[in-house]
Amino acid sequence: MRNSLIIIKKQFKDTLKNKTVLIQFILFPVLTLIMEKAISIDGMPELFFTKLFSIMYIGMAPLTSAAAIISEEKEKNTLRVLTMANVKPWQYLTGIGLYVWFICMIGAGVMATGIKREDIPFYMLVMAVGFAISILAGACIGIFSKNQMTATSIVMPVMLIFAFSPMLAMFNDKIKKVARFAYTQQLKRIMDDMTFSEIGTEGICILAVNAMLMVVLFFVAFRKKGLE
Amino acid sequence: MIRCKNVNKNFSEKNVLSRIDFEISGGEIFGLLGPSGAGKTTLIRILTGQLAFDQGSVIVFDKDVSSLSGEEKKNIGIMMDQFGVYERLSCIDNLKIFADIYGVPHDRIKSILEQVGLGEAGAKPAATLSKGMRARLSLARVFMHSPRLIFLDEPTSGLDPQTMGQIHKIILEKKKEGCTIFLTTHNMEEAYKLCDRVALLHEGRIIESGAPEEICRKYNHQKTIKLHLASGEDIVIPHENGSAKMLYRLLSDGSIETIHSSEPTLETVFLELTGRKLEEGA
Repeated sequence: MRNSLIIIKKQFKDTLKNKTVLIQFILFPVLTLIMEKAISIDGMPELFFTKLFSIMYIGMAPLTSAAAIISEEKEKNTLRVLTMANVKPWQYLTGIGLYVWFICMIGAGVMATGIKREDIPFYMLVMAVGFAISILAGACIGIFSKNQMTATSIVMPVMLIFAFSPMLAMFNDKIKKVARFAYTQQLKRIMDDMTFSEIGTEGICILAVNAMLMVVLFFVAFRKKGLE
Repeated sequence: MIRCKNVNKNFSEKNVLSRIDFEISGGEIFGLLGPSGAGKTTLIRILTGQLAFDQGSVIVFDKDVSSLSGEEKKNIGIMMDQFGVYERLSCIDNLKIFADIYGVPHDRIKSILEQVGLGEAGAKPAATLSKGMRARLSLARVFMHSPRLIFLDEPTSGLDPQTMGQIHKIILEKKKEGCTIFLTTHNMEEAYKLCDRVALLHEGRIIESGAPEEICRKYNHQKTIKLHLASGEDIVIPHENGSAKMLYRLLSDGSIETIHSSEPTLETVFLELTGRKLEEGA
């Protein structure tokens, strides 16, 4: 675990100087604060932007940043140097995963400032689950990709599906029918009512299948590619 | 320090290392010479326990390499051909990561940076360093935890002669301190200058090994002396007793400008044994 903490510390220093990753973490929390304050339309659901951007944040930030960090380390050969220094692959991946999850949770904390105090723990729980699934997806892509360019080309369509399908589903029923199979759409349903009661057995199954799928893909990618 | 016996390694169907046999004693600089793709990096990965092999045995610190503990592996330092530095972080922050991993106090970082000539560059981001400085930063990282066994994979590849000289000096200082160094290179001058013994690796096989001077003498088939005279004439005389009188006369007359014996270099030995140059495709 000590090595994982060293990775977290390293990543924290590095992110402060890495605008590409930093912007992923900051963009949606800042947008949420601005939009919630600046835009108010009659008939618009309460906390519309908070809920919408929260789901987009889940589908975008952890996915892209986990993939970017891992693929960059592979490309620049720093990951190999770490493993040669006896940092085990699981220690590295735990460090990166915890780091991305922790930073995203801080972002979620910022986004939660407009939410009723009694709903905040529920909101944070939903965000935590969403981040965990997205980090696994991002780590799969990072492990699978040889370099950042490959990672970006895989991340883009995956991120678009997970981050934007819940928003598009609001306007189009056909998209809604397909989007319901994505964990982000199910998390949006939960977040809309701030309760698990609306999601039902089907929703819970979809969430569980999504999570299991990411875990399986993660282990398949890791077994096939390792951290080389 | 290292005993490698009959090691074989295949990737899928391709044989990359075959019947690799050598021993390295403590305090020695051992050079592995070969062109790109000969299997040098694969062998380093096997010797450091990062890669399993198919056949044979590898003993490091008197233990099977696969059974080395984390603590024992801390006695090994590895510098690969790509330097692997965190470009956005400063030199000091780069070294802090590894100081934390190895449990080395941070106050050692300054002296290590000074040792490799980067004392003034500590706060600079690694991205702003020249290739030579990055190589030295990478060396600083290797030396940080004072390993007893150091693997250097083409440490001077692509560097200018001045930086190369600085790195050679650092390597020789480490040897004086008692470190055992395993060096791969395709630069025969570097091998000749630094290594106590070398092995020539070609297509996964060691085709010759020994002290560089011994190897060169062994393949000295021509046994001639080349003279460049003050008159501008070049002459070649046999390297034998019968040439002594002529040589004496020319030396006495002051007619000789330069004189060279014809021992082959490691490069020409490699060429003779394999039909290709050490730096081909490198």
